[in-house]
Amino acid sequence: MSTLFVNGAVTEDQWVSVDGEQPVPEGEDVIVSLAVFEEQPHALLTRNAGRLGAYLEADDQIDAIADHLELISLVALDFPSFADGRAFSKARLLRDRYGFADQIRATGDVRIDQISHMRRSGFDAFLVSHQPTIDSLTEIKDSGLDLFYQPAIEGAEARPALAGKSWARRAL
Amino acid sequence: MYRYDEFDREFVAARVAQFRDQVARRVSGELSEDNFKPLRLQNGVYLQLHAYMLRVAVPYGTLNSSQMRMLAHIARKYDRDYGHFTTRQNIQFNWPKLADIPDILEDLASVEMHAIQTSGNCIRNVTADHFAGASADEVADPRPYAEILRQWSTIHPEFLFLPRKFKIAVIGSSNDRAAMQFHDIGLEVRKNDVGELGLRVFVGGGLGRTPMIGKLIRDWLPEEDMLSYCEAILRVYNLYGRRDNKYKARIKILVHETGLDELKKDIEEEFERIKDGVLKLPDEDVEAITAYFAQPEFDDLPMRDESLEQAKLDNRSFARWIERNVSEHVKPGYGIVTVALKGTGEAPGDATSAQMDVLADLGERYSHDELRVSHEQNVILPHVKLGDLKAIYDALLVAEMASPNAGLITDIIACPGLDYCALATARSIPVAQELSQRFSDLDRQNDIGALKVKISGCINACGHHHVGHIGILGVDRRGEELYQVTLGGSGDEQAAVGEIIGRGFSADEISNAVETIVDTYLARRLSDDEIFLDAYRRLGPQPFKDALYPTKEAA
Repeated sequence: MSTLFVNGAVTEDQWVSVDGEQPVPEGEDVIVSLAVFEEQPHALLTRNAGRLGAYLEADDQIDAIADHLELISLVALDFPSFADGRAFSKARLLRDRYGFADQIRATGDVRIDQISHMRRSGFDAFLVSHQPTIDSLTEIKDSGLDLFYQPAIEGAEARPALAGKSWARRAL
Repeated sequence: MYRYDEFDREFVAARVAQFRDQVARRVSGELSEDNFKPLRLQNGVYLQLHAYMLRVAVPYGTLNSSQMRMLAHIARKYDRDYGHFTTRQNIQFNWPKLADIPDILEDLASVEMHAIQTSGNCIRNVTADHFAGASADEVADPRPYAEILRQWSTIHPEFLFLPRKFKIAVIGSSNDRAAMQFHDIGLEVRKNDVGELGLRVFVGGGLGRTPMIGKLIRDWLPEEDMLSYCEAILRVYNLYGRRDNKYKARIKILVHETGLDELKKDIEEEFERIKDGVLKLPDEDVEAITAYFAQPEFDDLPMRDESLEQAKLDNRSFARWIERNVSEHVKPGYGIVTVALKGTGEAPGDATSAQMDVLADLGERYSHDELRVSHEQNVILPHVKLGDLKAIYDALLVAEMASPNAGLITDIIACPGLDYCALATARSIPVAQELSQRFSDLDRQNDIGALKVKISGCINACGHHHVGHIGILGVDRRGEELYQVTLGGSGDEQAAVGEIIGRGFSADEISNAVETIVDTYLARRLSDDEIFLDAYRRLGPQPFKDALYPTKEAA
């Protein structure tokens, strides 16, 4: 059983995932795979009721949805394993290059020891099935550091640490 | 050299506390070995054949004496009284207990050291020319750039789970002493016509099972853009590097398969987008870091030191050591000492705690409190007065570190091999030991002249065999160690990957094979001045093949 954390809090999932077998329900907020999206992009983007989210597997690139981001309200990025770090750069591109401001959700093998890196790469939601991670996040313990040697997504809100190190950041 | 500020100190302390928690969770069983593995790897902890191994970062190979003393202390207290200096300018301890490692890291933090990102699929410890700030041929000290890169790459949230490890080297001279072109990113600091500093950027070099020379991607990059450009390269690599096969996952394969031009387009596009953003380096910040690496206050000395000249006349062994192990310093009256950790019959790069203490004392007393680790697994005293060389030599003699063989055939690079490493397929240290005994005669070594022998115990090439003038690769063939020989490799500015000369040799035969190669060279060289590599380049492989495989069978 997975637990969804949004902005640090346990949150009931409003979104329905559609994997291609079943029809896209009307009136619901849906997250569709890239395959489903590419079959009927126009119909999905112009639905009248319910928001649209896109789910990208590790092999999918942001380019595939980049042109439609203004009509997409959530992007879910999969971590097929702890060690596959492609989604870090995808989240970063979504925030930095495309100015995507809505939810970026981490799914798959999401572990406590990566949560702070995910946040700093642009994720604000985590769909977690790993029980120790759920326990730790529920206790608001993300095991990250609050000193950073490089500007990342929170760069604008964090303050540079010391004179002479424009790249260093300290969390507020 | 660089000193931690408040930020670095807090950061490293927090990191030690974090790892202490992770180790406790592993020891209690909350973390399985599978889940612990990526965490320990980012803190330099490997699981080897017999035990955990801790790899400690020596950023760009620069150490002060109290740091070297701490390494000696760790060897004594937590290990078996020795450490192993590596080809990436780091030091490895082969026998620490997992439960002790948080304490070791805390000891290291007390002297501004750490083990962060010395393993794992992340940006590894940044290496640099071991003569940085001392050599006469330098355009600029590469270490400030390496230090800025160290900081930027430390726990970079986006680049901790790359397709594969990622190595960056920086040099500041057109003479490449850091095998810069065999790194994922190689940087050469240069000056343009109007005296501004910038970088030449190479990408996609590497050794391993598919050796490749780095491709020039930028002939000139302003220094203010260094971090933006590196971030653009890393982002493109993280997104597009292969993850289906760990042996094809390094950026060199991405460059090779995609083509430099197409990959460069993606990198340049991302760079254009971010270059005027938060990663742009302000001049004053580069200057602030550069100030840490200001030259020590040298005395004004004559070029020639009479006491040194007399001592050389009095002592032929000393004169020979000077000839081989002391290099020209930028300041007249000073020299750069290479302490070869390559005594006859020793494991290359190993030093006992007592030897490390001696090195620390010598660094403190004679070298402005500075030491270096070279990628050739030696220790350097970078700033030594010529008049102090005899005292240093005498101390090194007592400590059994006075081998006058820097750059000679017995100054061998070797990986730990099957004696320690879980990946190895053959032993490398015993081969190095046998060769160093076989060629121990100093007259003969000097007659042979400059010759780099590099030995790897498996195809991953940690012993850099591809860039050995003579490279030896140990493989396993049906349960027996077989040693394949490559000739003509070079890790310097005339980078070249060695060519396989023919069928391999058994452990019993390999020393004879090397001797045959050396004899062939001696017989065919134009003069004493034509070193092995030049002779090989002139002659090609055939005379060596003919000598090694007289019947021309499998050659």
